[in-house]
Amino acid sequence: MTAAEPILPLVLEGVGFEVAGRALLSGIDLRIEAGRRLVILGPNGAGKTLLLRLCHGLIAPTSGRLRWACGSQRPEAQAMVLQRPVLLRRSVAENLAYPLALRGIPAGARRAAVARMLDRFGLAPLAERPARLLSGGEQQRVALARAALMAPQILFLDEPSAALDPSATRQIEEMIAGFSAEGITIVMTTHDIGQARRLAEDVAFVHRGRLIEHRAAPDFFAGPDAPEARAHLAGDLYW
Amino acid sequence: MDNPLLMALRLIAAGDPALLQIIGLSLRVTLTAVLVACIVGLPLGAALALGRFPGRGVVVVVFNALMGLPPVVAGLLVYLMLSRSGPLGPLGLLFTPTAMILAQTILILPIVVSLTRSVVEDLWSEYGEQLRSLGAGRVRAVPTLLWDGRVSLLTGVLAGFGRASAEVGAVLIVGGNIAGHTRTMTTAITLETSRGNLGLAVALGIILLGLTLTLNALAWGAGQWARGRLG
Repeated sequence: MTAAEPILPLVLEGVGFEVAGRALLSGIDLRIEAGRRLVILGPNGAGKTLLLRLCHGLIAPTSGRLRWACGSQRPEAQAMVLQRPVLLRRSVAENLAYPLALRGIPAGARRAAVARMLDRFGLAPLAERPARLLSGGEQQRVALARAALMAPQILFLDEPSAALDPSATRQIEEMIAGFSAEGITIVMTTHDIGQARRLAEDVAFVHRGRLIEHRAAPDFFAGPDAPEARAHLAGDLYW
Repeated sequence: MDNPLLMALRLIAAGDPALLQIIGLSLRVTLTAVLVACIVGLPLGAALALGRFPGRGVVVVVFNALMGLPPVVAGLLVYLMLSRSGPLGPLGLLFTPTAMILAQTILILPIVVSLTRSVVEDLWSEYGEQLRSLGAGRVRAVPTLLWDGRVSLLTGVLAGFGRASAEVGAVLIVGGNIAGHTRTMTTAITLETSRGNLGLAVALGIILLGLTLTLNALAWGAGQWARGRLG
């Protein structure tokens, strides 16, 4: 990774998102610190994915604003793994090289960077395989490796191990922990409370489009203030 | 009367030079027209899929409608452009293979444009957010989506080839069916049939069908292979 200007913290000030007069997110004040692992929890439809897409700059808020520390509107040193990542109809190696080509990195340097990433995550035997024909777990590892190749300072992950079996989930979590150890800031959503306990340093709890709790993970898991969050942890069915 | 089918087989087996010349010209004209239509139509169709500009809907409808353009009308348009008093008259292209290529390109282009637009639109709805996340805007997405849609796009190119190799009206008007110069398989079939020379007409018909069948078989095979290989 290049020693680039730090883009974090990212500060959200009164961020809201409305569609046809319906507020899907409203009044979000959130500060995302460099180097932390933030897990966003909340029930389906609470606005977790929307929050990630807003932070990543895929959509613009309809109210409030986002401020990156570097002053840029949308810094390049970020990446996101979508809930259903789209791999191109090409080989694994070509998929990994694609974002580097977009940035104008020369072919020789691309090949070297891709080879390093393939080795690092044990993907080298799959390098020439068509990416779309891999198993779900393999595809997810390719998507994570592709995101990591973008040299992000912050990595957004939307349900990174949804629909994966325990062994694939474990591989994904190891990759995430590895990125975090390198200093990459992690912001992820999950439905898996166990995964949240394993990975979170901070927890943000979103309910009906509002951020109702944001604190250090040990405090949160010891007993959240909000009754909705307590119910979520207890696995109650509430709405 | 001689059996036309037997005559046809004899002509094919003998490798009749006039026959070979006609086949060669037909392939040259149609394949060049397909190539030109792809060079223009693939980026144009993709731009139409991803672009947002006023009047876009009108352009889409016009290209869809032009897929049904009668070949004789396309031939007439090119004839008017290239005739001595037309805007491109001084180029002296009327009744040459180049004029035939131009007319067939006009016939194929709407097919390539419309199919590309529909393929790229579908791909963009699947890829759009991912490509933006990776840093590709709409313009940079064009080559990516064309490449990832290559299997489906092949179908459109084939349809274009089929239309051009089967039509007779456009090449007849702008080419003039001059023996040894602008006579293609379809114009020769028209002429030989009207002369009662059914053997040559049937021979050409068989070859035309055979070529179309072979090309489609190759394309289908390539498509199947690619689907299995690319997912």
